[in-house]
Amino acid sequence: MTLAAATATAAHVTTAASDTHGFLSPTGVEIAFLLVGLVTFGAALVTVTTRQLVHAALWLVVTLGGLAVEYLLLTAEFIAWVQVLIYVGSVVVLLLFGLMLTRAPIGRSPDADSGNRWAALAVALSSAAALVWVVVDAFRTTWIDLEGAAVGSTAVTGASLFQNWVLPFEALSVLLLAALVGAIVLSRKTKAESSSPPVNSRAATGSSPSVPDSRNHPIGRNGSVRGTESTEQDGAR
Amino acid sequence: MHLAYPAVLAALLFSTGLYGVLARRNAILVLMSVELMLNAVNLNLVAFDVWLSRTARETLHSGQALTLFTIAIAAAEIGIGLAIVLAVHRNRGTADIDKLRDTAEPHGPDEATGTDDEKTEDEKAEATA
Repeated sequence: MTLAAATATAAHVTTAASDTHGFLSPTGVEIAFLLVGLVTFGAALVTVTTRQLVHAALWLVVTLGGLAVEYLLLTAEFIAWVQVLIYVGSVVVLLLFGLMLTRAPIGRSPDADSGNRWAALAVALSSAAALVWVVVDAFRTTWIDLEGAAVGSTAVTGASLFQNWVLPFEALSVLLLAALVGAIVLSRKTKAESSSPPVNSRAATGSSPSVPDSRNHPIGRNGSVRGTESTEQDGAR
Repeated sequence: MHLAYPAVLAALLFSTGLYGVLARRNAILVLMSVELMLNAVNLNLVAFDVWLSRTARETLHSGQALTLFTIAIAAAEIGIGLAIVLAVHRNRGTADIDKLRDTAEPHGPDEATGTDDEKTEDEKAEATA
């Protein structure tokens, strides 16, 4: 009896849900999400296919900005602004600095794609087909209720973050500190190559992992002692 | 909103990033593609958090908290990754990941040409350093 009642209730809820939501009458939020999503996906495609390296970074800005708009449409405003601040503001600037410091070519570089791009295309298309199929099949009848108060407003996110997630938050600050120190150590040029005794660098040659090709060309090592010494000091540290 | 929209968009973005990781040759472009994949995961987390906070009355907001953690870890990752790429570029003169084949198994006579290439690259790097 109760089972039948529950089934009837469930059927009623299902019909009510199918009454209120429909594929053929999308809401304004869905239309906006679809349009911004098309722009985001197109910019992502250009990012991974363009042959001009700086343009790839600039199209990445469009992609990440589009994703910020999608977060806003999903009522997660704090995540959206964090996305704008961190990704668009700092990560893309870091990438542009990296392109500049590695002397990336400004114009079209013909060797931006490697030789296995057709295998990569096959892998990406098959993974896209599998993922889209599974996701659409799983969430065909699932709707997000966006009415009412925003679930991702700054007050809600901050309260949840500092009530329930304080310990991971603090651990994350330690991780950021470690990443900062690691980046400095990795990218620091060794100061005063002449001050270090050459005996140390000679002893470190055998176990230095950062000079794996030293056996290949002794000419290069004899020709320029300075560069090799700096790499050996990096490895010894 | 239908949940399939953000889920499908996240799947497509993830596949785009996968193609970029596999097909690109410059290390910084590979890092950009990794960022695309991370952002696809973030979109999934946010969408499912919004869905579950209404449907299942989930009040922990674990999806949004995890999204914030992912964004912070991605920032740390891009810093470390760029430092490694710059160190490789300083030592080897190239940020081209197809040419960094020192740990590859030696096979056949084409190894000689490869080491010749690397030698010239290395000499160029040390000349500029």
